[in-house]
Amino acid sequence: MTIIIIDYGAGNIANVMKAIASTGLSAKLSHDPAEILSADGVVLPGVGAYGAAMSALNERQLIGPLQAYAKSGKPFLGVCLGMQLLFERSTEFGETAGLGIIPEDVVTLPQQQGYKVPQMGWNQNQVRQLNPITSTLNDTYTYFVHSFYVRTAPQYIAATVDYGQIEIPSVVVNDSGNVIGAQFHPEKSGKDGLLVWQSFKEMVDDK
Amino acid sequence: MTLAKRIVPALDIKNGQVVKGVQFENLRSVGDPVTVAKAYEQAGADELVLLDITATLEERDTMMTIVNAISSVVFIPLTVGGGIRSTQDMTRLIKAGADKIFVNSAAVKQPELITKGAAIFGSQAIVGAIDVKWEPKSKFYQVYVAGGTQPTGLNAISWAKEMVALGAGELLVTSMDADGTKNGYDIDLYQQLTEAVSVPIVASGGAGKIEDFTALLKQTTVDAALAASVFHLGEIALPQLKQTLKKEGVAIRI
Repeated sequence: MTIIIIDYGAGNIANVMKAIASTGLSAKLSHDPAEILSADGVVLPGVGAYGAAMSALNERQLIGPLQAYAKSGKPFLGVCLGMQLLFERSTEFGETAGLGIIPEDVVTLPQQQGYKVPQMGWNQNQVRQLNPITSTLNDTYTYFVHSFYVRTAPQYIAATVDYGQIEIPSVVVNDSGNVIGAQFHPEKSGKDGLLVWQSFKEMVDDK
Repeated sequence: MTLAKRIVPALDIKNGQVVKGVQFENLRSVGDPVTVAKAYEQAGADELVLLDITATLEERDTMMTIVNAISSVVFIPLTVGGGIRSTQDMTRLIKAGADKIFVNSAAVKQPELITKGAAIFGSQAIVGAIDVKWEPKSKFYQVYVAGGTQPTGLNAISWAKEMVALGAGELLVTSMDADGTKNGYDIDLYQQLTEAVSVPIVASGGAGKIEDFTALLKQTTVDAALAASVFHLGEIALPQLKQTLKKEGVAIRI
């Protein structure tokens, strides 16, 4: 069983590796398209700017392989910026095309009285759709750090958190259910975060 | 629900050990930072602050080893600082596993350090730390550096705004007047700060009893309450503190 963490220069991959390792899952960093396509599970991490991340994926010729992998039906988890990259586009500093695996877009969190941007801290998830990742998440607090959020149709939203007047999708899922994205950082969300990695491991085991 | 208020234990680390030791679990003294960090995570800490109070480069390497060891077994945000003088210092700590870096004295001497750090790691990773003392004669909150030993002449509220403009994504503000007194947080200071800036603020200094946390988190809009000795000495247990705050209507992660 091989789990590949996409290596494209994204920040803090080390902490993702440490959290995955703590659940007894062995994962390998790679940017080799052949290795990615033959993986049993893929994790797309990410911290930082959307445009820079898409450029880095493009330079490593990973956009096509990631889109093909998503269509394979095998488990694919995007985390934080890695989740936002699953969408069609972002309006962060001008419009940037994303991977287009889940419909619609990524937009700036608007300023609201009493709510800071970025959202930085622990927020409480409300599960909208049960899937392998949301099965342990209802009412749990997970750790968020982000200034942008995704807008998409309800069928792609598996969990949300409230931030002022905005319902922020905290977990998203594609049509066939094999691609899941988490807006929060499971590697920084204590025991409830580790359960997300455990659930991902089970998704991979079940395939 | 909305964003929870964070409860943040702080560890001062010197020569690879938690300074003053930590006494909990039947007042057994524990000095190993990894053991202490893990215990705090399990007790419900929302984040940990690690302050490196060593001076030599050799000891700095020990700090990297500690940050790496903690981040391998503790899965909550780690904010690390103390003696940060360059973006290379930041890079080393972030590679070791720190999520955020705080900068104090060096930011006063070279404010561009904050801007450079934010450009490389994002504003969310750069915390502006400020040590503050009320000057009764001239009636302003003055910024102190070098571990609170040197006055700078800077007004803390203006410096807070300046740090945010430079790129700090969060502020960690210690009231030197309140620190060590266990008489409660400096509510007035944090009310002024939260009105002045829009980034999250971590309040530090003065926690002595549970009511001090309640007062801070109900009377101000700070995002986090930091404390050290009340937790280390076992005077306040994290689970009990968080349960009480929740009962009082404060948004808290249990």
